[in-house]
Amino acid sequence: MSETGIGARVTRKEDFRFVTGRGTYTDDINRPNQLWMWLLRSPHAHARLKKIDTTAAAKMPGVHAIFTHDDLARDNVGGLPCGWLIHSKDGSPMVEPPHPVLAAGVVRHVGDPIAAVIAETRAQAREAAEAIEVDYEVLPAVVDTREAIKDGAPQIWPEAKNNTCFDWHLGDKDAVDKAFAKAAHVTKLDLVNNRLVPNAMEPRAAIGEYDVATGEHTLWTTSQNPHVIRLLMGAFVLHIPEHKLRVVAPDVGGGFGSKIYHYAEEALVTWAAAKVKRPVKWTADRSESFMSDAQGRDHHTHAELALDKDGKFLGLRVSTLANLGAYLSTFSTSIPTYLYGTLLAGTYTTPAIYVETRAVFTNTVPVDAYRGAGRPEASYLLERIVDLAADELGIDPAELRRRNFIPKDAYPYQTPVALQYDSGDYFTTLDMALKAADYANFEARRKEAASRGKYRGIGMATYIEACGIAPSAVAGALGARAGLYEMAEVRVHPTGSVTLFTGCHSHGQGHETTFAQLVADRLGIPIDQVEVVHGDTGKIPFGMGTYGSRSLPVGGSAIVKALDKVVAKGKKIAAHLLEAAEADIEFKDGKFQVAGTDRAKTFGEIALTAYVPHKYPIEELEPGLDETAFYDPKNFTYPAGAHVVEVEIDPDTGVVELKGVWAADDFGRIINPMIVEGQVHGGLAQGIGQALLEHCVYDDSGQLLTGSFNDYAMPRADDLPSFHLGTNATLCTHNPLGVKGCGEAGAIGSPGAVMNAIVDALSPLGVKHIDMPASPRRIWETIQAHRPRMAAE
Amino acid sequence: MSTIEQVPVTVTVNGKTHKRFVDPRMLLIHFIRDELNLTGAHIGCDTSHCGACTVEMNGMSIKSCTVFAVQADGASITTIEGMAAPDGTLHALQEGFRMMHGLQCGYCTPGMIMRAHVLLKENPDPTEEEIRSGIAGNLCRCTGYQNIVKAIQYAAAKLNGRTIQEAAE
Repeated sequence: MSETGIGARVTRKEDFRFVTGRGTYTDDINRPNQLWMWLLRSPHAHARLKKIDTTAAAKMPGVHAIFTHDDLARDNVGGLPCGWLIHSKDGSPMVEPPHPVLAAGVVRHVGDPIAAVIAETRAQAREAAEAIEVDYEVLPAVVDTREAIKDGAPQIWPEAKNNTCFDWHLGDKDAVDKAFAKAAHVTKLDLVNNRLVPNAMEPRAAIGEYDVATGEHTLWTTSQNPHVIRLLMGAFVLHIPEHKLRVVAPDVGGGFGSKIYHYAEEALVTWAAAKVKRPVKWTADRSESFMSDAQGRDHHTHAELALDKDGKFLGLRVSTLANLGAYLSTFSTSIPTYLYGTLLAGTYTTPAIYVETRAVFTNTVPVDAYRGAGRPEASYLLERIVDLAADELGIDPAELRRRNFIPKDAYPYQTPVALQYDSGDYFTTLDMALKAADYANFEARRKEAASRGKYRGIGMATYIEACGIAPSAVAGALGARAGLYEMAEVRVHPTGSVTLFTGCHSHGQGHETTFAQLVADRLGIPIDQVEVVHGDTGKIPFGMGTYGSRSLPVGGSAIVKALDKVVAKGKKIAAHLLEAAEADIEFKDGKFQVAGTDRAKTFGEIALTAYVPHKYPIEELEPGLDETAFYDPKNFTYPAGAHVVEVEIDPDTGVVELKGVWAADDFGRIINPMIVEGQVHGGLAQGIGQALLEHCVYDDSGQLLTGSFNDYAMPRADDLPSFHLGTNATLCTHNPLGVKGCGEAGAIGSPGAVMNAIVDALSPLGVKHIDMPASPRRIWETIQAHRPRMAAE
Repeated sequence: MSTIEQVPVTVTVNGKTHKRFVDPRMLLIHFIRDELNLTGAHIGCDTSHCGACTVEMNGMSIKSCTVFAVQADGASITTIEGMAAPDGTLHALQEGFRMMHGLQCGYCTPGMIMRAHVLLKENPDPTEEEIRSGIAGNLCRCTGYQNIVKAIQYAAAKLNGRTIQEAAE
């Protein structure tokens, strides 16, 4: 292994600009002569807009224009599209209501945009927005899916009866019924997967600019996938052909899913800039982020697990209510279906699985993918119900898991819920995590804690995820309205340095380093001779972007394919220069060599020859050394692993202290261990945040009660311990690098492990389940409710 | 609004003195970003909860989104742009964040480094617990803080003339 090649702990190329304050985030960009946009947003969760009077606001200082839905309609501006069509059990397509850029007569959640004010300064735009007079007819609202599906509940869309978008299912219901009929034991569990706010530290921002001379539109935006935004906004919303629309996503301050989607503000600044013939900028404040960034999770689930007398899983039955919010966000419908139901085999051999998901509209902010996206929901419910079953049957939870793990020699393994796992070893990662946590001697620690009046518990969770979405044809058959390949262009310059263009945007993942390692390793050139370019449709031919831990499995595979092409062409050039047969040329360590001889040309010499083709097979080969490849994955990848968490609970305060967090993961081949560890750390923090701290809460009228960092508890440095990590690799069998992806794992495995530890800690009190987040108040109340009463009470 | 009279402020930032007339309501973070074009300090929440806007003012780390520019009149401020030596050599904290992978998206990093800078002045050799407590006012959504702690330990070791431990231990 070289110091910068595959497997090396290379410090990041991108860091210099960030540690010196020279990153360029969207809000750092100011265009000459720019105006500002501020949006008037609904203070009500559900209301009819009887009248919007902009007369006074339009006369405010600095105001250039005020736009409402009517202005957009006059220009035939379309609605924001949904990228995945789901069909219900009965074969009918999902209800797909319009998603107007500005509210069309009705607002459906707090924060729904009503009018866009364009003014000289942000403050002037904001002041004018506050002067717009809106006559609201407030309508009844519903925020809880369990209420929304009842007859007589407020109707958010007339076409969606009982607020149901679709009623989807997957699996063999009859087989599951039969499994339950012969079960020796059935474990039942109702649980909530709490709603979360992604809260990337950089609030969303967008700048639109229109060049009157060329008719070209440019959008700078905080996006994980600028090409997808160009496609959706250009084709469906603003009807701008792609050759006249450039979308740039510069440095982006975190995404976690929330910056995948096409948002109204992107279309508004692009459209308004052409209207007012000046650049238009919008930057969200954090309050807007809370009420306009797509949120995550929000499931209510009933699950039943059938087991035989030996604890073997026979069948799993799952029924979920999934909250979609008021509108369909870009990929919202795929999350509680194909990224959730298909993961319900987990790491286990459960032969029969049936899942039904009813997706429900409510008067809340739209819900879409947030780190893990469907897979944390699946993993959490599985790992909770497995622990509950272990408790009911009196089997050690690690032993019950081992009895049901997919055997090491069973790959490729076909699950009953569509997926085929290519490789894995769940025994080893569980054993690694348990050993690291000294699971064997835990009871002594429980006893010692009890002597101090504390409850101590240990919990584990295994997880599997499906990453690197996905074969385009398969996804298309399941309702995806896009391809899911990735693109790479390797541009070798005449002096042998390389610019790599990738469609996978980097917003913290370190692509500029990991991808450069791939190039340096393969071409045998120094890593500082490689520049990675991403995030600009004007530079990169195409790309599907960064989500679902796909950048390395899919984007990296495209890079390898393009590098293969570069090497193949280099061999032809070398064969000509060395007067040898092409088949005799070997490429190794940056040299094209005639096999068995010392005759060789360096990579740099070949590059120069490609661009200065004086001695060159010009009849057979074009000059230049610039190769593009598209890679369409053959399957998902299946990262998996085990997390173990130990907690101690103070019964007087209900505070949960994390005594230890251990993760053992299988990510396949690892390119940069330092970056992978960082990804796991961040994922763990978000998963632990979900389990202990974070909860997005609306009151019954639809007001967002957790609309700031004052009310929404984000994990802080003193909430978390240092984590203990380990890895065990089984290679992916169907991509060229053997990589699986690591971005989401931490957030998928940890909630179950934390909650299992908490339930274990409180098990002496008879506690069987606690919903997330396990806040001090919730823990304290649970302890109070279960504590043995004194005789006098 | 334009009818409000602008007021003069004189602020020394990274050793250079700037005189401007500003709206009384202008926040210090906007003064730094928009008037001085120093965009290293970021805005993450507008409410002093996240610390992305942290700068050093008169020796204290402050959240510049909740300080008016006029309150900084006469003050001496250091921002992330003023941390490296004039010859470009990175400060021990900047080097530590890079060596220990103490950043991912980089958005919180300038504020985090400025907070850590003041922390290390207050407590030159902090324990992990003291570091975690000392940076608890600064949010990071990417790193889980573990490598930020290591980055600050790296800097403390370097500033104290000790050998620097390996990153991943």
